[in-house]
Amino acid sequence: MSPIKTINVDYIARVEGQGAIDIRFDKTTREVKLKMFEPPRFFESFLIGRKYSEVHEITSRICGICPVAHQITALRAVENAIGLKISPQTEDLRKLMALSAYISSHALSLYFLTAPDFLGKESVIPLVAEAPQVVARAMKLKKLGNELGDIIGGRAIHPVYMVVNGFTNIPSRKQLDDIRTRLLEVKQDVRETAQLFAGLKYPQFNSPGEQIAISDSQQYAINKGMLKSTEGLSAEEKDYRKVINEKQTAYSYTKESTVKGRASFMVGPLPRVNINFEQLSANAKSVAKEIGFKPPRVTNPFDQVIARAIELVHSVDESISLIEKLPLRYEDLGHSFRPGEGFALTEAPRGLLYHSYQINKQGLVERADIVPPTAHNVHHIEKNLSDLVQTFGDLPADELTLKCEMLVRAYDPCISCSVH
Amino acid sequence: MPTKPKIAVFKFTGCAGCQMEFLRLADEYPDILGKVELSYFKMAKRDNVAGPYDISLIEGSISCPRELEEIKEIRKHSNVLVALGDCAVNGCLPSIKNWIPQSENERRVYEDTSVVQSFALHGLSEYVKVDAHVSGCPPDKNLMLGLLVKSLQQLRVYHRPHAVCVECKLRENVCLLTALKQPCMGPVTKGGCNALCPSGARVCEGCYGPMSDANAQSLANAFKECGLADDDIMRKFRKYAGLTSEFSKEASKI
Repeated sequence: MSPIKTINVDYIARVEGQGAIDIRFDKTTREVKLKMFEPPRFFESFLIGRKYSEVHEITSRICGICPVAHQITALRAVENAIGLKISPQTEDLRKLMALSAYISSHALSLYFLTAPDFLGKESVIPLVAEAPQVVARAMKLKKLGNELGDIIGGRAIHPVYMVVNGFTNIPSRKQLDDIRTRLLEVKQDVRETAQLFAGLKYPQFNSPGEQIAISDSQQYAINKGMLKSTEGLSAEEKDYRKVINEKQTAYSYTKESTVKGRASFMVGPLPRVNINFEQLSANAKSVAKEIGFKPPRVTNPFDQVIARAIELVHSVDESISLIEKLPLRYEDLGHSFRPGEGFALTEAPRGLLYHSYQINKQGLVERADIVPPTAHNVHHIEKNLSDLVQTFGDLPADELTLKCEMLVRAYDPCISCSVH
Repeated sequence: MPTKPKIAVFKFTGCAGCQMEFLRLADEYPDILGKVELSYFKMAKRDNVAGPYDISLIEGSISCPRELEEIKEIRKHSNVLVALGDCAVNGCLPSIKNWIPQSENERRVYEDTSVVQSFALHGLSEYVKVDAHVSGCPPDKNLMLGLLVKSLQQLRVYHRPHAVCVECKLRENVCLLTALKQPCMGPVTKGGCNALCPSGARVCEGCYGPMSDANAQSLANAFKECGLADDDIMRKFRKYAGLTSEFSKEASKI
């Protein structure tokens, strides 16, 4: 019998929130646990009895890294419940808001959380002295994304101007023109980012699986679309619960998701780029070609990183074209109301996000159901970790441990979010 | 040359938004990274060192036995301990759950509640001595900068005892409460945000917590004149700072 090896990371660094890796394996068996010990805050419980108009403001606090995605998803689910249709301008402004979050979140994930592992560093801090231009580029991109969010949402972290049926404040033409100029200036930076991350040396191993994203023939789907997968899944957002299962485990506060009747699945930049490649901006497609990315890529989960860099290119391009077409009119926020049930699926920077609410006659929440991206991914990351230790099981313990951490970070997990 | 001050950043029950705002400081003032030693910051670093620390910035509330032990330990190794953001100051929005029986919260979310370790959620000062409170959800990065600069100079941090209204008046906004009869929390809410929401035609929701001597009852009466029902008023106060002595009376009505 071969000896049992263990990998233990009691608190994973350079990810959001509190999670641990616990693996026991030998030549034939592997037991993998991704333990999210982040304490639960019970959002789905204390939302009950709150007013429909404050649901997005409350759920924003599920996550400080993807508050924009939670706000937009909650707003859409609530608006679907009470029977509201928003204006095209609100749709565009929300898309721009979502893109601002993609830019800042992807820049943070790529440069601050992912890159240090590949450069043999424990964090980005030593790189400030060793690669000042790269760090300056990282900060420029993150700052630009944050400031685009500030202009439209009032502030990037827990925005305040997005409300049911629209925005209380509209940015000025001058503010948008100034930020458009800055977006044009970073087009070269995001191209170089994609080249940099495509050139890193990723662990090569096979861990295929179903990939899921929302999809829309008219645009690169972020705020709305049909549920699609690389295995032929197709469903409307209201039927999400008919196709996706969720189950509690004894060792984690994050519940694990599976496709009904099938297995774990992946969400995030890679599924989006694979499923919606044709809707990427022409420039992003040409950058993808330049760096040798040809969809669909479904075997190595580290491709999440490269897909994230491609999306950074797309996000800058689409922000520019949205700014150019925005009319910027103040719109009346008054709206009709009816009780009902609503559902919404969106793509947060880290992947598929689901919100659903039942709103009663008094306008109060009676039922809330929320499934964040990392809750979708957690079971699949466990599968990937299992495949990873099978491939690299003979490496020294510290090297294998680092590879396991790198794999988790490739997903850019948001653990507070996943527990909520 | 004096040694660089050791800074630690810890996360408890919260959303990481305050850490994200803290990171924005580095975008604005990249020199900061060279002036301090980041000794502990899990979200940013893989090599984290044990205390003592000159300044510990704590994000999040205390909501389970493990966290209670950890915060007491961190207190022992911190010269200055800062509650960074509303969760650490007074429990913020997640404190709404304290009005629901804990068993009910657990039952609504988890099938098997036997593995859930959680209790009523509170800010840090419920359990340990806190040297400075920085409120806000999240606190504006400039408040964090002010805190760091003052702490490093061994000076007392300015607490902004005034209401959002003071900053709103300086921006010459039309008053949403008196002129437009909208239920704005500005008159009882601590400043520091530069009246962000009212300046964008949105009422203040109170995300910086209560100002000194907040008169919640008087504002509750004004909300009645705006047409709010009793349970609407209760929800206004049972939000970002419902557990505070200033708001708890209005927050527990009904």
